[in-house]
Amino acid sequence: MERFAALVDALVYTRSRNEKLRLIAEYLRATPDPDRGWALAALSDGLDFPAVKSSTIRNLMKDRVDPVLWTLSRDFVGDTAETASLLWPALDSEPDPPGVSDTVEMLSAMTRKSVPVDLPKLLDRLDASGRYALLKLATGGMRIGVSSRLAKTAFARAFEVSVDQVEEYWHGLAPPYDALFAWAAHGEAPPDIENLPTFRPFMLAHPLEDTVVDLAEYAAEWKWDGIRVQLVRAGEETRVYSRSGDDISATFPELLDVLPFPTVLDGELLVRGSTQGGEEGGAASFNALQQRLGRKTVSKKMLAEFPAFVRLYDALLVEGEDVREQPWTARRSRLEALMARLPESHFDLSSVVQARDFEHLAEIREGSRDDAIEGLMLKRKDSPYIAGRRVGYWYKWKRDPLLVDCVLMYAQRGSGKRSSFFSDYTFGCWDGDPDSGADLLPVGKAYSGFTDEELKRLDRHVRQNTVNRFGPVRETDKSLVFEVAFDSVHESKRHKSGLAMRFPRIHRIRWDKPPHEADRIEALRALIRD
Amino acid sequence: MSTDFSWIRPEPHGIHIVPADCWVDPSRAVAKALVTHGHADHARGGHGQTVATPETLAIMKLRYATSDGATPVGYGETIKLPGGVDATYIPAGHVLGSAQILLEHAGERVIVTGDYKRRADPTCPPFEATPCDIFVTEATFGLPLFTHPPIEEEMAKLLDRLAAHPERCVLVGAYALGKAQRVIAELRRAGHHEPIYLHGALEKMCRLYEEHGVGLGELRLVADHTKEDMRGAIVMCPPSALNDRWSRRLPEPITAMASGWMRVRQRARQRNVELPLVISDHADWGELTRTIAEVDAYENWITHGREDALLRWCQLHQRRARALALVGYEDEDD
Repeated sequence: MERFAALVDALVYTRSRNEKLRLIAEYLRATPDPDRGWALAALSDGLDFPAVKSSTIRNLMKDRVDPVLWTLSRDFVGDTAETASLLWPALDSEPDPPGVSDTVEMLSAMTRKSVPVDLPKLLDRLDASGRYALLKLATGGMRIGVSSRLAKTAFARAFEVSVDQVEEYWHGLAPPYDALFAWAAHGEAPPDIENLPTFRPFMLAHPLEDTVVDLAEYAAEWKWDGIRVQLVRAGEETRVYSRSGDDISATFPELLDVLPFPTVLDGELLVRGSTQGGEEGGAASFNALQQRLGRKTVSKKMLAEFPAFVRLYDALLVEGEDVREQPWTARRSRLEALMARLPESHFDLSSVVQARDFEHLAEIREGSRDDAIEGLMLKRKDSPYIAGRRVGYWYKWKRDPLLVDCVLMYAQRGSGKRSSFFSDYTFGCWDGDPDSGADLLPVGKAYSGFTDEELKRLDRHVRQNTVNRFGPVRETDKSLVFEVAFDSVHESKRHKSGLAMRFPRIHRIRWDKPPHEADRIEALRALIRD
Repeated sequence: MSTDFSWIRPEPHGIHIVPADCWVDPSRAVAKALVTHGHADHARGGHGQTVATPETLAIMKLRYATSDGATPVGYGETIKLPGGVDATYIPAGHVLGSAQILLEHAGERVIVTGDYKRRADPTCPPFEATPCDIFVTEATFGLPLFTHPPIEEEMAKLLDRLAAHPERCVLVGAYALGKAQRVIAELRRAGHHEPIYLHGALEKMCRLYEEHGVGLGELRLVADHTKEDMRGAIVMCPPSALNDRWSRRLPEPITAMASGWMRVRQRARQRNVELPLVISDHADWGELTRTIAEVDAYENWITHGREDALLRWCQLHQRRARALALVGYEDEDD
């Protein structure tokens, strides 16, 4: 654990992507199997120990530190694992750190019942840096500025192999990735994934911004407001992957036996309804889809009320044949030809939007809000299907966001890099005429859309205009107006205002605008579309 | 024992000694001020009369270019104030010239610590724990997670990194008054006798320390030297210069910062620090709580930092305590 802890510390304090790659690559080369495989899994979020949760750590700490002092410390640090690593009562004995593999083995063996005894024993064997690395590893999600992509790139660099190949094999293997190291580090045959339903990295789009494209070279499609998924059928098994490569098959069981042949398809997962693309079979708004997301088990009622289907965009593999190198037009024809063999109950085809020219397309996009879709996609007709974002191939052209003026009401300290800043803002609209004594009601929360410089100024504003403190939350004097951008607004019983915004972010900070000129709740309510 | 104490009052801009009509560390100009030490949040300029140690007065003269109304008091000396108040200056171990002020009136004893630490520091005499009735203590690092490691460990980290990169330099951000000189003195104590390069903003204060008998070895100004000269050297600057364009003249600097806040990883990240050095001139949690126990006051007044956690500790240990809301005391650079 000492070397791994040193790596984690070095990564925390390194800004440069190249330097991070170098540090990880060096560690991977110098560390024996299977320690390095487990470390790679930890860095790329591939480890999960169900018995160890953030709440487990909190409970352990509350038995050892006064709860009030724990909470004050946690609020200051902004990270449970780090706070615990610093506050853990040190023993007089010398640390006796176990190896990474031993640590993983011990963590895997822990149950909810045994964890209050076993985890402290492990913590006692480590120093503060070791405890931090252990707790980060145990709770998953290192959040140390290393994405799973960066870890894979470092792996590729360490052993001079192609990162795209690493991506392909990755999802067919499990930690500690023996076959991957055997191939890359020891020169053995590459892992066999042909009959495994593995994830292929998505092709992504750049925002269009000011670019104008020629519709002779680009095809336009709707950008549907669901979740992007990849359906993979191989070796008699179907899996559903989310954009990040998470396996979400269990959440959508109705999709698992409807693909009759080996294939990999790219599409938008939606639930049946009437608001999205009525003539194309009809999908419900994102709000309805949300009922289905994040569930580990799905009731019959859920399946009946919100049946899921996939609106297909693209094909990567057709009956085992890899078509990713072919141009978009060819893949599109293959996809269209497939439709007859796919059940209509669970699949339809995302139509190509026909426009005379770019201006005409712009008009069509303007009118797209009523269809509750996110905007348009522009795909170069000769583009192969390439992992990641490549300039010039695919563009997303989102509809313009909705805007409303709100008043800052509460601010909370951020976590991680923003742990000392008041960076999470709750804002509200007027429940009537502010000049006749109406109140503000909270309508949303945002923590993005501003620069680091603006954050500093906002933080100062909060500190200087606090009227009340509730633990980590400050109530402000409600003197600052935010122009808030959001994608849509829906009815919600969860909020006092009865409204919930989708993807709100700070669009502009109106230092100049008096709060009584901010919008009223009715103005926001008028923007509801479903 | 009388528990009246009506003669001493915490006000938003300082502690008011009523019968003498003078203030301890006032944050605005007053007729008569007792100043604990030279940091800007304690030592403001413009007072009619300033009572402080000769070192603190020298620091204030350097900063404010005037010594009008300066009244020196040495460590262990007592000065008589109007209204029957005696003030005694006792070493606080924080920076050169720093003092706790013991105030006595009608048989009641109040100590205002200003800032203090309990570790050895080659640049100033150590803190003396002194019994009193009211103990006004700072709480800059008043959270149980703050444990400052032995300074020898931090020096070793710094020198190891320097040795590993002979073609680069290590740029150490340190508070211009106190921290910078302590780091230099500790480097010398650790056997590093190479020239140390200074940002211009540190020069005068280092010279003042040397005039007061604190040896700092050979110091050079960055402005007088080339990139080549500074390869493999330690360069000191105030924290504000760490990410400034100024540092472009240095040979691939490794950014370090000497501060108690470096104990928290994200604090170091926010400053773009690659080599955090946990070195503080304030008491850590263990020292704060130990000091409160040692002086064993009737009541503790907590100010200047994370009051709520120290208040909680006092409550858990059956010690009377209250938090003061003094204006303008926040030490982000220590």
